[in-house]
Amino acid sequence: MTNSLESISLIATYSAMAVYTLAFILFTVDLAGRAATDGQSPPTRWLRSAMAVLVLGFVIHFGADVTRAISAHRVPWANMYEFGLTATLVLVGVFLGINIWRDVRFVGAFVSGFAILALGIVTVNFYVAVSPLPPALQNYWLVIHVCVAVLGTGFFATGAALSASQLLQQSREEGKLHTRSWRFLSAFPSSETLEALAYRILVIGFVFWTFTVIAGAIWAERAWGRYWGWDTKEVWSFIIWTLFAGYIHARATRGWRGRPAAILSLVGFGAVLFNYGIVNIFFKGLHAYSGL
Amino acid sequence: MASRRPSDPASLQPVDLADTTSEFDSPNAPRKNRLDAPIRGPKLGPLEFLRWVWRVLTSMRTAIILLVLVAFASIPGSLVPQRSSDPNGVIVFRDANPELFTFYESIQLFDTFTSVWFSAIYLLLFISLIGCIVPRTLYHWRILRAEPADEPASWVRLPYRRTEPAVGGTVAALDRAESVLKNAHYRVVRNDNSIRAEFGYLRETGNLVFHVALVGILATLAVTGGYGWSGQRIIIEGQTFTNQLASYDSFHPGSWFAEQQLEPYGVTLESFTPEYTKDAVKNVWMPIDFTASVSVTEGNETRGAVLKVNEPLVAGSSQMYLLGNGFAPVITVRDPEGTVVFDQPVAFLSQDSNLTSVGVIKIPDGLSEQLGLQGFFYPSAVDLESGALSSNNPEPTNPTVTFNIYTGDLGLDSGVTANVFQLPIESLTQIAGRHTGTDVVLTPGDSFDLPGGLGSIEFTSIRRFIGVEIRHDPTQVGVAVSTFFIVAGLLASLGTRRRRVWVRVRGSARNREIEWGGMSRGDDPRLDVALNRLVDKTRQTLTDKVAGE
Repeated sequence: MTNSLESISLIATYSAMAVYTLAFILFTVDLAGRAATDGQSPPTRWLRSAMAVLVLGFVIHFGADVTRAISAHRVPWANMYEFGLTATLVLVGVFLGINIWRDVRFVGAFVSGFAILALGIVTVNFYVAVSPLPPALQNYWLVIHVCVAVLGTGFFATGAALSASQLLQQSREEGKLHTRSWRFLSAFPSSETLEALAYRILVIGFVFWTFTVIAGAIWAERAWGRYWGWDTKEVWSFIIWTLFAGYIHARATRGWRGRPAAILSLVGFGAVLFNYGIVNIFFKGLHAYSGL
Repeated sequence: MASRRPSDPASLQPVDLADTTSEFDSPNAPRKNRLDAPIRGPKLGPLEFLRWVWRVLTSMRTAIILLVLVAFASIPGSLVPQRSSDPNGVIVFRDANPELFTFYESIQLFDTFTSVWFSAIYLLLFISLIGCIVPRTLYHWRILRAEPADEPASWVRLPYRRTEPAVGGTVAALDRAESVLKNAHYRVVRNDNSIRAEFGYLRETGNLVFHVALVGILATLAVTGGYGWSGQRIIIEGQTFTNQLASYDSFHPGSWFAEQQLEPYGVTLESFTPEYTKDAVKNVWMPIDFTASVSVTEGNETRGAVLKVNEPLVAGSSQMYLLGNGFAPVITVRDPEGTVVFDQPVAFLSQDSNLTSVGVIKIPDGLSEQLGLQGFFYPSAVDLESGALSSNNPEPTNPTVTFNIYTGDLGLDSGVTANVFQLPIESLTQIAGRHTGTDVVLTPGDSFDLPGGLGSIEFTSIRRFIGVEIRHDPTQVGVAVSTFFIVAGLLASLGTRRRRVWVRVRGSARNREIEWGGMSRGDDPRLDVALNRLVDKTRQTLTDKVAGE
């Protein structure tokens, strides 16, 4: 029974990737259609289908996550594969959620593309079968600590997509990207609007990350006897927190708004990816729970 | 309200605070280029130079650069093994790369987070932080006691403006606007023909609380950190650990530690029970539970307690954490006459997930020669094709000990501290064990007669042991309180918008109008929505009132 649910979860993961790919294509077609008309053209009909397909992918992805959780009898974020699976789900969820509040469909191609890449890499490289938890992980802090980390990562990823488009848009506004292939940027808001959006989303990510570090410290105190010991993962969480603190300051500093702030945000997200993909696998430390 | 607004906030703010923000703080200040002075170098005497250094140090730009520097300076702490978190890794590194080790050691790479260069960066960061928040706190304190700001000289620059007909007369309209603003928790000053109102002081309060709490963490670590201590100890089933310096296998005192800080209590390990399950896919045994039953004696009272991973034991003002476990075979050594010269459990350190373990026994006295035993323990011994033994289960289904036995000078009399887990085999003579033709393989109850009539060794029984860390950390309370204020300050600051609203009467005597104007500190995409709501609310009640009359 458990095993069949586990394979259903895996099949659903692959299906979600396929549906996301379709959404990505539709988002791209929309951008290309708008680039062809050049200027502040309205969204094409492809955008609506892209969003609908993305929602479908999200539902399948959600199913993959839930079946994984049921087959494991615990929260679906106890190893690298599960963290990646859930974080990508949260990323797409955050993107869909923000769209209720404000229209950011123009980064749909970024978000769906990133989701496909992340899911693909995670499933191919980090997949592990459901296995029981070691004693150190059998704790409600696993639920809290990793849950806020997943949420923070989802917001950081969305913010990074906006910061990247902000950089491109700013270059285009300065007349640097005038070739045809960059025309799709005309479908994007001004770099100033993108920056304001990115800031608000990254600030939420920063709050979640602050909670991640605090919850991690409380758990570390219970499990390892100290709340902070500069374990490799702690070092990188600290680096991420400091970089985004720098980003938030940059936004309020003359001469640092705009491009420098966006670069800081991307460096910060680079550290997030490094912390997940590199530190977990290649660095020695106490967070050796990748399951690989 | 007690006082008017401070006239020159500029000198109390970082020099390069973003334009939108500094304009908010001093709306009518001349737009002179405040940043120009610090960017150009100093030209004058030492006092001006110091002032220039101070302004640069407390500027936002410096804070950002220092934050990024702290982040980058932390990276070596994750690349190079650290003495604080991985002392063994440092030793391994030294043995593998002796030359690189010397170089790394000279630039304190093995102690990144206490190194001179890392400390320099974070101390500068905190000085910059304190230099920034002290004047900002003074300024904010004055703002908190001041009236809302005067209306700007020109309304043209205001991001929010809206004009409404003065339904029911200007006085009634202003009355209503005043009460709507007050209900929305604005601080309001009403004049005959105008209102000035201000909201969101909590934003700066939260901001300052957040930053002061960061300093609080550093101060806590600096003041109380030195009184902490921690120590490690292996406790074998049936053994009692008494909390005194001599009982620890290793001990790390803080700089102000005094021995009388160790409260006299005892912890006896009654039993240790691990639980394993077989991972069907990977075909390996995985631990799913570790439970240590202990009895704790404090004063005249003895109580039973359970120590588990994630569930530390509290005794006195210190806490005991379960960090490791393993097997301790009981070994009995007799001389040729059968007199017992050694009889005790010896902790063997596990090497893999099936608890293949290694241990060392040194018997300097009692036999005609000094005896050193290098032991290997297999909880579930199976023969490998190579002829060597291996363990295929962490539970003791077929417990087996093998020994390499040495005679010679164990080096215990030289006065140099010897590692209890190492034998100086280079200077010893092997008399039995691997490669001698006489293998020593024992299961419980077996004994082995030493060559040359030296005596005998018996593998009597097995017990388990736990590795614990005992720790007293006086920084916890201060750091926890500071952390609470960090979160509270952060949420209050990010969740609050600082806004100003002015309402005034305009128009000709026949056609009176009420004009609303508003602005925010920093970015505020919801300014229009929020202020429209206030205006609509005012109009709504006015219309209702007029219609009712």
